[in-house]
Amino acid sequence: MKGRFVRLAEQGRPTVNLIVDGAPIEALQGDTLMVALLTQGNALRQSEFDTGRRAGFCLMGACQDCWVWTRSGERLRACSNEVRDGLDIVTTQPEATWPLHG
Amino acid sequence: MATARVVIVGAGPAGVRCAETLLAAGIKPILIDENRRDGGQIYRRQPQGFTRDYTTLYGSEAAKARDLHESFDRLRGAIDYRPDTLVWNLTPGQLCCASQGRHSTVDYDALILCTGATDRLMPIEGWQLAGTYSLGGAQIALKNQAVSIGHRVVFMGSGPLLYLVASQYVKAGAEVAAVLDTSPLSLRLKALPKLLARPGLLFTGIKLLAQLYRARVAVHLGIKPLQVMGDAANGVGGVRFTAGNGRTVTVQADAVALGYHLRPETQLGDLAGCTMAFDQASSQWWLATDDAGRTSVKGVYAAGDGSKIRGADAAEHAGRLVALALLEDLQQPVDAGLRDEQQQALAVMDQFRLGLAQAFPWPSEQAKALPDSAIVCRCEMISAGELRRTVNEKGACEVNRAKAFSRVGMGRCQGRYCSQAGAEVIAAEAGVPVQEVGRQRGQAPVKPLSMLTEEVSS
Amino acid sequence: MSVQKADVVIVGGGLMGSATAFFLRRRGQSVILLERDQIGQYASGVNFGNVRRQGRFLGQLALANRSWELWKRLPELIDDDLEFIPSGHMRVCYREDEVAELEAYAAAPEAAQLDLKIYRGAELHRRFGFLGPDVKGGSYAPHDGHANPRLAAPAFARAAIRLGAQIEERTEVAEVQKVGADFHVTTTDGRQFQAAQLLITAGAWGQKLSAQFGEPVPLDTHGPQMAVTEPVPYALPTVIGVYTKIPEEVIYFRQIPRGNIVIGGGYRSKPDMLNRRAYVEPRSIINQINQMRRLLPGVGNLNIIRVWSGIEGYLPDSLPVMGPSGTVDGLFYAFGFCGHGFQLGPGVGDVMAELLGTGSTSTPIESFSITRFALPAEQRSQAS
Repeated sequence: MKGRFVRLAEQGRPTVNLIVDGAPIEALQGDTLMVALLTQGNALRQSEFDTGRRAGFCLMGACQDCWVWTRSGERLRACSNEVRDGLDIVTTQPEATWPLHG
Repeated sequence: MATARVVIVGAGPAGVRCAETLLAAGIKPILIDENRRDGGQIYRRQPQGFTRDYTTLYGSEAAKARDLHESFDRLRGAIDYRPDTLVWNLTPGQLCCASQGRHSTVDYDALILCTGATDRLMPIEGWQLAGTYSLGGAQIALKNQAVSIGHRVVFMGSGPLLYLVASQYVKAGAEVAAVLDTSPLSLRLKALPKLLARPGLLFTGIKLLAQLYRARVAVHLGIKPLQVMGDAANGVGGVRFTAGNGRTVTVQADAVALGYHLRPETQLGDLAGCTMAFDQASSQWWLATDDAGRTSVKGVYAAGDGSKIRGADAAEHAGRLVALALLEDLQQPVDAGLRDEQQQALAVMDQFRLGLAQAFPWPSEQAKALPDSAIVCRCEMISAGELRRTVNEKGACEVNRAKAFSRVGMGRCQGRYCSQAGAEVIAAEAGVPVQEVGRQRGQAPVKPLSMLTEEVSS
Repeated sequence: MSVQKADVVIVGGGLMGSATAFFLRRRGQSVILLERDQIGQYASGVNFGNVRRQGRFLGQLALANRSWELWKRLPELIDDDLEFIPSGHMRVCYREDEVAELEAYAAAPEAAQLDLKIYRGAELHRRFGFLGPDVKGGSYAPHDGHANPRLAAPAFARAAIRLGAQIEERTEVAEVQKVGADFHVTTTDGRQFQAAQLLITAGAWGQKLSAQFGEPVPLDTHGPQMAVTEPVPYALPTVIGVYTKIPEEVIYFRQIPRGNIVIGGGYRSKPDMLNRRAYVEPRSIINQINQMRRLLPGVGNLNIIRVWSGIEGYLPDSLPVMGPSGTVDGLFYAFGFCGHGFQLGPGVGDVMAELLGTGSTSTPIESFSITRFALPAEQRSQAS
């Protein structure tokens, strides 16, 4: 799937490697997570209350629409966190498996 | 009282000028900012490793941006600067901060809120689809990350930012599908006398418009937004609107930048118990302050767009002025000439602000026309119909009550992007002016607080 | 000036007042309810939403049981959905001696209807695998549950209005007098209301009115501390609360089907009674975060997205003031529910309507009488 965001400049930066939903992707140093994910995909997370996907909204840390998860469940706001080598991001909520019995 | 603990929240144009003025008077403030770098939103600095120059980044505002950044760089070592720190709550005399998963408190004798603004939004059917962004967000994408929010972008809403961002997109090589402004030309002409308060800025605005026309971007004035089209899987597919001539027009696009000027970030002032005032011109609530930025609560001050939307230039003046007000209150000598200069500049900008409000009015009538199926609250996915039912069936004619019943404004964004439009929907349904349905009360945390947060002694 | 008359005037439109108005109308009594602000604005609308019987004072269980019968019938009774879920309630503890106390409670004859089951050790962690290792035991109440407090009082008020009750919001009482057989209530906007019976359900402000009739009570006010997380998949249906004598260990949570986890407990704040606003103390939230991670370790990654407080009235013995006045005929009270009135609401309404309508009630409420705070006669004369 083509990316949602389009790079217009500043493309000479070193690359950073991360994993998104199990697949390796390449981003550029200084990219926000949001840009890293959306230059290659079309959404950041599943909406809780409908079938839609969410791809952020305000890009300034105000709307809280762009939270993604690390594989271990840590929350990251995609518009205000930069990419780092080795980040393992998932775009669906990890708590779907609370340790439940009965 | 040279030892007064002064804390400034926000390192945008107001906060930086405030800190600079205080430092010049021998007061070393603590400057807390949520962002990693100074500059606020409008003069946001690009990340390290980016190479575009000031003119590319800030266009006609390049000199101001450079000056602000350089001022800050000079200050930085002399003040207590705490970036990447969210003030998530406060009590009288104490701020609650969270930074990188750690919680700490900061005591203050004087607090100066330079908390800035966010885009002001009016919902439209389909605006929850992926690919709809706030206008300011679209600008940040370009300025901070050198990306466009889509392959083909529609700019919709009203206000000077609409033209500024669209023209920045054109200049950067993005494809702009259309610029759709809800305000008609007639209002702009009527507002001319007030806009002439700042002829330079007016001229810049006209130049932007000319650039768009030159680039053959379709610009429609006096439109009525109908729908962001698309589907759940792929997000935005286009925009449908009623043109000024009454015809329904569809524009294909995969991204929409949406915004109607700005709304102030007043949560901290609200939590501090500051009185709020309804501004008739822009039809929204903001912090009530005197001309110099004193709020109703002793020791709490506000400057910049976080208290009153007047733009970045005014924020610099207001930042200096509020610092002088604090110095006065601390019985320190104040440069009267500097004070008068700020006040005179702000008077001109107030006049211009009124012109902008007249030329690009908040489209309250859209709330009434919003179909029942349209989502008002994106966080909680609550529709206009659901909100209207709380008015009709449950008698909730007050914003906080309607929130309690409907959940509009209860989500992660704390009503930043829905509560003003929600108030308009409620007011329209109840048949009363919007100021009579109240405003959503601020609640902590100002932004989400991670439950991994550890407490550290301050 | 026109005077409006009814069989009963109720002062205070929280859950108690609204429910009583509803049940009075079902008994055919005419009723006027006066609320200074909005229905259910203070304690009633901001509490945790626990529909819990277990853990209550044993002498209160008869009332709680009566209320539970009503909760079960609520949607049909008031034609409204309060999001009541009889999800089960688990009262857990961190120490063995506390497990013994839970066991003793479960064995009390008054608690028979609750069908409590004690869990401990491996069995507990098998059944409630999400609880932290510090949890040593717990008492499970299968019929208890939770509901949405924001909706409750207004829904009862609307149901009462549909049955013919007169409810006046934003109507503040300025003066109450007994003139002959009637109470004369004057509001700050100059209106007058009269009734032979007067019910004070003014919550944290109840004692201001009871004092006017020579029955002061040592009511204290507290702001509950509530927080809610972002929504996460709905998987924790049971309400969990910690039983402990250490205030900061007190924590309780419930997940709503939309996914948010509502959290309460720990420190309380002192409300601003002048401006009628209660704040959340930041240290409460930090404490809740710490306590939640101990109780539900999996919660650590979540974000708190909103916190709130309200204004609750407490009596020193943690029991409400409920029943007839000890000094004035026709005067009744139901206030000061000490942070645990939500579950009781429908029952209190039903009992008070019965009491006002018939002069007595089949549910024992003597322990809650205001006369327990009456001063001996000689002290009363000294005080005046």
